[in-house]
Amino acid sequence: MLGPDEIGRALTRIAHEILEANHGPDDLILLGIPTRGAHLAQRLADRLGEITGIDFDARVGALDVTMHRDDLRGRPTRASHPTRVPAEGIDDRVVVLVDDVLYSGRTIRAALDALADLGRPRAVRLAVLVDRGHRELPIRADSVGKNLPSARSEHVRILLSEVDGRDAVTIEGGAA
Amino acid sequence: MRHLLTAAMPRDEAVALLDLAEDMHQIQDRELKKLPALRGRTVVNLFFEDSTRTRSSFEIAGKWLSADVINVSGKGSSVSKGESLRDTGLTIAAMGVDGVVVRSGASGAPALLADWIGRPVVNAGDGTHEHPTQALLDAFALRRRIHGDAARGAGLDGVRVAIVGDIAHSRVARSNALLLPALGAEVTLVGPPSFLPPAASDGTRLGVRAETSLDAVLDERPDAIMLLRVQLERQAGHVAPSPAEYITGWSLTDERLAHVEGAHILHPGPMNRGLELSSRAADSDRSAVLEQVTAGVSVRMAVLYSLLASDHPSPDHGGAR
Repeated sequence: MLGPDEIGRALTRIAHEILEANHGPDDLILLGIPTRGAHLAQRLADRLGEITGIDFDARVGALDVTMHRDDLRGRPTRASHPTRVPAEGIDDRVVVLVDDVLYSGRTIRAALDALADLGRPRAVRLAVLVDRGHRELPIRADSVGKNLPSARSEHVRILLSEVDGRDAVTIEGGAA
Repeated sequence: MRHLLTAAMPRDEAVALLDLAEDMHQIQDRELKKLPALRGRTVVNLFFEDSTRTRSSFEIAGKWLSADVINVSGKGSSVSKGESLRDTGLTIAAMGVDGVVVRSGASGAPALLADWIGRPVVNAGDGTHEHPTQALLDAFALRRRIHGDAARGAGLDGVRVAIVGDIAHSRVARSNALLLPALGAEVTLVGPPSFLPPAASDGTRLGVRAETSLDAVLDERPDAIMLLRVQLERQAGHVAPSPAEYITGWSLTDERLAHVEGAHILHPGPMNRGLELSSRAADSDRSAVLEQVTAGVSVRMAVLYSLLASDHPSPDHGGAR
């Protein structure tokens, strides 16, 4: 559905949207949700660095939400991932959560809880590469790379070169 | 993993547990030390033997994961009124608890309990048999010492560990002799002849090398030296060296410390300063003793999460039943 160029352009647009909504780069922190959200957050940080000339490497991190998920009981034991928060912390900062796919919204619900345990940001925003719909909670993204209407039976896969060797978004399966 | 009864487990399972413990360890740096993963779960610490640090460590681990933790000690409970282990276990299970952490003087008690009660059981030390969470925390502390922030995913390949003391009666030694080699470490057991376990048919003891001369082993410059507590309460019935003999032959004295400056020093505690090791050794920057205590909470959080978070834990991998 999306190739490397489209993913690249979407991320560049999201980076500009983040800066515009924040009226500049002040106090911005990017936290990606592992695993692919964390790689996307790093890519966004690289773009924000190119656009603003400010080094964003100290302002990007990862937020693991495993311990805050609401489906731990019903699924096989989930592996966790490291959380990396910028040294200055998140208090009074504007935190942009970054994830690959927005679907039910439950991951973001867990992320908001995980974030609250780490501090009190001034504001929290959400940027996702793909919004595939089917929300189960009142959550929406501030920036979306691509709206991808999908059936629940379909499987949306995000491939990133950092983990998958190439960049692509695909939809598989489904009753058709 | 349904229970944690033994430290004998495949390498990938041990590394996964240690990696999970690394993630849990991050909570140490936070103001708010609470994760909601085990909210609504109840864990009973069933301790038939005195223990302060292991019990507290399990209690903190459970509470930081938001489980309700209840401590039941052998003394003052119906156990002292003659109730059997089975009846005590079934009674606790009937109250609706989700998991039991058991410490017992009887080797094998946790395995029996696991068969009887149908709930996850964690062995927190059974007799002279095993103490798997101690071995896991030793491995965790040592892996951090060696690999630092790059510890995730790593084993202990090629790390040479000398375990010194009353090996034959030590559940800590047994669990470490099972776990550390699975992670790639080379373990040497060191102690007076009467403290070494009987040799297996291949000439090894607990499947690893054993030596009686600490000085000879220290000449090989091990990467880590683990000193076991000399447990006078377990000395009944066999010939033990006198304290003076023990210090001369097997204590990490100031002189021996100077000889092995680079080695990490581990001790499961509580330490007998002057007996197993000198105060200088205990307080030196090579000593990982307090890191071991901190690691204990993280490792036990990882174990409780692995056993209790899911109603459908991943299938068994053999070792950690």
